[in-house]
Amino acid sequence: MNRFSYVRVASVAEAVREIASAPPARFIAGGTNLVDLMKYNVERPERVIDITRLPLTAIEETGEGGLRIGALVTNTEAAYDPRIESRYPLLSSAILAGASPQLRNAASVGGNLLQRTRCYYFYDVATLCNKREPGSGCPAIDGINRIHAILGASPHCIATHPSDMCVALAALEAVVRVTGPQGERNIPFQDFHRLPGGMPEIDTNLARDEIITYIDLPSKGFAQNYTYLKLRDRLSYAFALVSVAAALEMDGEQIKEARLALGGVAHKPWRDIAAEALLRGREPSAKNFAAVASKVLADAKGYGSNDFKIDLARRAIVRALSQAAARTPQSQTDKRIT
Amino acid sequence: MSTAAPQPKANQGQPEPRIDARLKVTGGARYAADIPLSNLAYGVLVTSDIARGQVRSIDFEAAKATPGVLDIVSYGDMTGIEKPQFGSAYTSLGPLHDRTIWHDGQIMALVVADTFEAAQDAARKVKAEYEEQHPSGHFGSAGTETIPAKGHAQRPKENPSAGDFDGAFQSAPVKLEAEYRTPTQTHNPIELFSTTAYWTGKQLTICEPTQSLYGLRGEIARQFRMDPADVRVIAPYVGGGFGSKGPSTPRTAIVALAARRLNRPVRCVVSREQAYTTMPYRAPTRQRIRIGATPDGKITAFSHEGWELTSRIDNYAVAGTETTTRLYGYGSVASDVQLVKADRQTPAYMRSPPEVPYVFAVESALDELAYKLGMDPVELRRVNDTDREPIHGKPFTSRHLMACYDQAAQAFNWSARNPKPGSMRHGDWLIGMGCATAVYPTHIAPATARVRLRADGDVLVQSASQELGTGIRTVAGQMAAEQLGVSFDKVKVEMGDTELPPAPVSGGSNSTASVCSAVLKACQQIQERLFRAAVASNNGPLAGRNPADLAIRNGALVAKDGAAQKLPDVFALLGAGAVEEYAEFIPDGGPHDAVQKLYQGKLTMTGGPEGKKAKYAYGAEFVEVRINSRTREIRIPRLVGAFAAGRIMNTRTARSQLMGGLIWGMSAALFEATEIDERTARTINRDLQDYFVPVNADVQQVEVILLTEVDHEVNPAGVKGIGELGNVGTNAAVANAVFHATGKRLRQLPIRLEHFVA
Repeated sequence: MNRFSYVRVASVAEAVREIASAPPARFIAGGTNLVDLMKYNVERPERVIDITRLPLTAIEETGEGGLRIGALVTNTEAAYDPRIESRYPLLSSAILAGASPQLRNAASVGGNLLQRTRCYYFYDVATLCNKREPGSGCPAIDGINRIHAILGASPHCIATHPSDMCVALAALEAVVRVTGPQGERNIPFQDFHRLPGGMPEIDTNLARDEIITYIDLPSKGFAQNYTYLKLRDRLSYAFALVSVAAALEMDGEQIKEARLALGGVAHKPWRDIAAEALLRGREPSAKNFAAVASKVLADAKGYGSNDFKIDLARRAIVRALSQAAARTPQSQTDKRIT
Repeated sequence: MSTAAPQPKANQGQPEPRIDARLKVTGGARYAADIPLSNLAYGVLVTSDIARGQVRSIDFEAAKATPGVLDIVSYGDMTGIEKPQFGSAYTSLGPLHDRTIWHDGQIMALVVADTFEAAQDAARKVKAEYEEQHPSGHFGSAGTETIPAKGHAQRPKENPSAGDFDGAFQSAPVKLEAEYRTPTQTHNPIELFSTTAYWTGKQLTICEPTQSLYGLRGEIARQFRMDPADVRVIAPYVGGGFGSKGPSTPRTAIVALAARRLNRPVRCVVSREQAYTTMPYRAPTRQRIRIGATPDGKITAFSHEGWELTSRIDNYAVAGTETTTRLYGYGSVASDVQLVKADRQTPAYMRSPPEVPYVFAVESALDELAYKLGMDPVELRRVNDTDREPIHGKPFTSRHLMACYDQAAQAFNWSARNPKPGSMRHGDWLIGMGCATAVYPTHIAPATARVRLRADGDVLVQSASQELGTGIRTVAGQMAAEQLGVSFDKVKVEMGDTELPPAPVSGGSNSTASVCSAVLKACQQIQERLFRAAVASNNGPLAGRNPADLAIRNGALVAKDGAAQKLPDVFALLGAGAVEEYAEFIPDGGPHDAVQKLYQGKLTMTGGPEGKKAKYAYGAEFVEVRINSRTREIRIPRLVGAFAAGRIMNTRTARSQLMGGLIWGMSAALFEATEIDERTARTINRDLQDYFVPVNADVQQVEVILLTEVDHEVNPAGVKGIGELGNVGTNAAVANAVFHATGKRLRQLPIRLEHFVA
């Protein structure tokens, strides 16, 4: 990695001041992605601002029936928090589906939102990449793209967002609270991550001089009918080829409300509100689930080695909705098959 | 006894815990890059961004200006140093001898600095200008060149053949023809590759994880035009090799040169990503099998053709046909191997190098044939079992293939299998069961050892073999303990240093047979001296007896009638505090100068089909796969392998080796592939995030059955190597199980869920 200077900040206000000043800096918390990127020479910050001492390490009640998760809460702490486990088991499950215990112990919740794509070409500084060097080109589109996007991609970038946790947060309609020079603002989760469009170098709508402080969970947690189904090449330490966060609110035999978000398929956690609406007032049947899958994947496009993801996503959506309806969520800990 | 330490059966040694187990789990075992040295400087490699072309210019200005940078070794600096020699080195490429780029990620410079961080920072600042040419990185790429392996590579000397294949195939009532493909695979031992070099006057010391201490010493001495006696190579422990650390690499001389220029020790630990391009790999293959058979399953014609990728500059051949053409009692046999030369670095050995890819094809084809004939796959193998290899009609020293099948089939409950594809199911999971043969030639090489027995019963065994995690230190110690009648905890074993008597490369699964044969011989020389002293004494309890009737047990010399003399008393007769013997073991039929060659680091390994009798170890592997009927993920809940490999020195380490083999076999079947971008011939997945190997959760039940097999002909130790046996056949067993689960025959690895969705 390059030589850099290091500063540790004690308050959010100080963090915001430091990030706005020159030379260019990056915040570091768990460092589980930033340090890798620095080792691969993808990130070359001149300064690194250590935010691990900020008072953002608690999980608290919001007063509106929800929970507020500090940005520095580790992935492990969030996953095993008894309130999250009981009221937002979808979130707990999605976190445990990701990375490895060692990584989850180090990684922060805020940092999880800001991880960058694992596109091979993005990581290889000897190749072109619009996300790394805007305007240079995208070798993934005609190259090896097994792990790449099938939804919402652009001619400039077909990278995917790698997070599992964010897929659940999208389904739960979490709110990202951020602080910048102008003070605080809230970003609905749906609007936090961007599609690549013509500017794939920008992953999120977080401004360069802002810092994530909290993630707010609304009161509705879908704790009865949910699942996080992750399909991947091995059972731990592998990003999703396709993942599905499914949550249902049932009214007797009918679905009152459905939430569905996909991971591993797009530049952001992929949520299709129109497709979710198809389930409102319907019965949880394979036919209805298949109709949702068709709607979600109507505009899906493969690039060669990832063509299979379209059918895989269809299968995963149907299976995940069935799991949620049947109250048989995918276990992230018991991986045996009998 | 426990699962990890199986109760020894006849002709099997005790499951002694590894002699270095505690050291390893506590971090006390020192690997080459852990050896502390004062005033150490750190080197980082600069590698090419292109796979083919010329380096027009290379700019070191920014790198040199980085604080802490001491030196940069690059083009023009290798004057007086020879290029590596293909064979002892994995490649003949001297990357700094000229500016031609032959492969992606080729070494262009070594930046040396006071700290690793400064060297790494500076290495990133080196800028090269290339004259780039379009590379050909794949079988199908335009611009590759195809040549026969025979006549161009070391192997095969002849393409094995027997009888009239064409005629027999034409007239066969049942015919099968199929093509199979295996991908590039990369070793990824957990211990990274590294070289540490320092000079003391004209003497050079290299600390480097290697599977061949004397081989590396000989090659480095040749490159530097030095007397090998002035080069010392140290690798106390090696954190996995799997063949990648067998041949030497161009890196060592470059680091040694930097150390000479700076007159201080230099250490270069190669990053994981750079290892993908500066070290060898398993060559991808394409293969064609043709089988003619009678309706009752007797194979009358067998042909195996292979195409393998190699580099432009070296002709490395995988050539698994030497084994597959001798696997069953085929009537007639034809084979051929072609090399496809591409813009890649040279491939080399990777655990069971010829057998893994070639046995995948044969054992898949046999399963296809079994289905074509409506036969049980185990019975098809039984019908074609043989006591002579079909190429020259040589008998085997021993072969218990079908006994392995019978024991593994029973443990696996094969009889519960409904052979109809897609017929077995549990809930959402399709169940598939498959099996395949494991085979590995038994190799042996000359080896030397020094053994010292003290009057108090302490034993020291010294041999410059390499402990890669195989357990060689443990089993060599067990051999000495057994022969000298002392308990295992009295034995100390020293390896991993060319100051010790030479042992062969830890490759080809020869080490246990070779090193234990040398230890056995040294111990027998000690016995002889003690026995002679005891019988020649005037009035001792063993006076006047025949030395051949004596043995050593529990710290005493004993005769058949129970007369005994304690070791200290025998040592007193000799007037010695210790007896030390050095032994040179040369295998039957080995060249007369075999030991001289061993000292020079030159390999003279024999075995397999060579000699009067053919020498192979066998096994049978059974796999259960589950494929989710909805989302198609593939899981392996069960692996069962039964193996017959002569004397088992230690049931614990043997089980561990074979279990590791089964797991790797499964890994190669479902997970592993090094991806090369067709357009640039550049490696895309260069770390353990993107090059998949299984995690614990992917590996569930693994059962290893060790059969009793007594083979006095194979070598003096009666041992067949098992380091590579376990992962042969597993790929096919998985693919066969996948076919049984789904009805879909996959002839290309790895098998992943995308093969089962639209």
